[in-house]
Amino acid sequence: MNLTPEDVREIIQLLDSSPFDELHVETDRLKLTLRRSADSGWTQESRHAPRDSQARPGAAGPAAPATVLEPGMTAVTAPLVGAFYRAPKPGAAPFVEVGSVVGEDTVVAIIETMKLMNAVQAGARGTVAAICAENAEFVEQGRILFKLRADGA
Amino acid sequence: MRFRRVLIANRGEIALRVIATCERLGIETVLAASEADLDSVPARRADRVVRIGKAPSAQSYLDWRAIAAAAKACGADAVHPGYGFLSENAALARGCREAGIAFIGASEEQLAATGDKWRAREVAERAGLPVVPGAIVQSSEEARQVIDRIGCPALVKAVGGGGGRGMKRISRPEETDAVVALAVAEADAAFGDPRVYIERFVTTGRHVEVQLIGDGHRLVHAGERDCSVQRRYQKLIEETPAPQLSAALRERLHAAALAFGGALDYRGLGTVEFLVDAESDAFFFLEMNARIQVEHPITEAVTGLDLVAEQIAVAEGQALRLRQEDIRPLGHAVEFRINAEDPALDFRPSPGRVSACAFPAGPGIRIDSHIEAGADVPPYYDSLLAKLVVHAPDRDGALSLARTALRNVRIEGVATNIAMHQAILDSDAFGAGGVGTDWFAGFWQRTTAR
Repeated sequence: MNLTPEDVREIIQLLDSSPFDELHVETDRLKLTLRRSADSGWTQESRHAPRDSQARPGAAGPAAPATVLEPGMTAVTAPLVGAFYRAPKPGAAPFVEVGSVVGEDTVVAIIETMKLMNAVQAGARGTVAAICAENAEFVEQGRILFKLRADGA
Repeated sequence: MRFRRVLIANRGEIALRVIATCERLGIETVLAASEADLDSVPARRADRVVRIGKAPSAQSYLDWRAIAAAAKACGADAVHPGYGFLSENAALARGCREAGIAFIGASEEQLAATGDKWRAREVAERAGLPVVPGAIVQSSEEARQVIDRIGCPALVKAVGGGGGRGMKRISRPEETDAVVALAVAEADAAFGDPRVYIERFVTTGRHVEVQLIGDGHRLVHAGERDCSVQRRYQKLIEETPAPQLSAALRERLHAAALAFGGALDYRGLGTVEFLVDAESDAFFFLEMNARIQVEHPITEAVTGLDLVAEQIAVAEGQALRLRQEDIRPLGHAVEFRINAEDPALDFRPSPGRVSACAFPAGPGIRIDSHIEAGADVPPYYDSLLAKLVVHAPDRDGALSLARTALRNVRIEGVATNIAMHQAILDSDAFGAGGVGTDWFAGFWQRTTAR
């Protein structure tokens, strides 16, 4: 069974006039803890029991192969987890290609996280030597996206 | 027909919200979940779960064929699309009809009329609603003529857009050609529809919307909601009734919404959005959202209605059970959207795993959330973690309850915007009520500059 918000309200009304500061309720599907708050009122914490499924998914699928950084190269890494896009919008030209010269502030990619587009800047000066993720690929934070060859190296 | 099994084609708090009403009505729930949501709280709570695709929305929650096929395969009588995703998608409505399954939402014709923002404007004009001066433009010549007529600043809007998406501002007449060309290109890429229209930009306005419920023949309204506290067109706080609004203006808004819905013979839950200039007592039609809204709980708090239950009833083909005189809003309700984003880092999204989680509980407090300790906040979807709704006899009481309640929200493991809500509650302008949609940006700049 599940507890409705009305059930919780009624329990709190009973508890309010009681000497107790904490109540634990456990059903086959839900654990609920009610605590009298230091401030005023009550707080609730709930935990739903997992389904008995073997389908418990991994966090984000198989890990991408690690990218090795050769000497003289700088990495541009993903500042946060999300989908990696090489162009400002579908069909547009990519921000950079192999051979593009970039400055610290050059926008080289977009990472889409939670429906927000976050611009990725090169962070260093140099020439793009390699592109290490596929367009629209999902990348973890810190994943190497580009390798830059420092100018003159 | 009464529904016995409903497929919920959504995720997060709204999936849980729909499950709660279905449980109360004795309807079996099947959650259509992406790979990332198979172990979510809604998945644990639903009677059954079907996997509809991979984590990215385009391969799951936005795939109407996968949803319709899942509904058919699990023997559902109906599909509830929630909000966002495919909730206003005529293709899913058609796919359901062709599979002999009810779509808990507006009809295909109504979705086509409200989804095309220019057509919706025409319906509004025919129904006698005021619209912002503007015109659809097909060439830069036409665009310059419109700008000559209505003046600057002006907004270029995508016919296929809505909800603040696909809008561009023209500040000076000489920008017209460039801005319109860019808007056309972006509208084509984003919505597959290059059509744009130009409207005069109303600088100081409030966003007020009216809740409608209809059965296709009869229509009632359930009051208005003020959603003016926004950041980049995304709502942060909503309240009902709208503060600092004359009774006459409020009644005109309700009547205008009913006129618009009536013109469409509207069926289901829908919201008519207006831009309101409270100083001049003027208002303009913006658009209609043909679905349940994120902020529906504040309407439920003051009216005592279960809007999802009413939505299901009219989708079952039942006549509307409500008369206008039965809807008597009581007190004041405010909703605060708690998002996984960090206000200290320019609202950077903060996906991750929630390590600890406690919410306030008690009279006048409602929490709609799919978050508990151990829950994952995937990076693929929007950042809404919880909606805190407070309800009290008056606005001051509601805001005071909100202050205590926000102190009792504890979410660890991901960043949240709770501190932002507390700063808003401490501000004089929000305390007085009636801020415009441009207020938050300036307020936040001043707050963080200190």
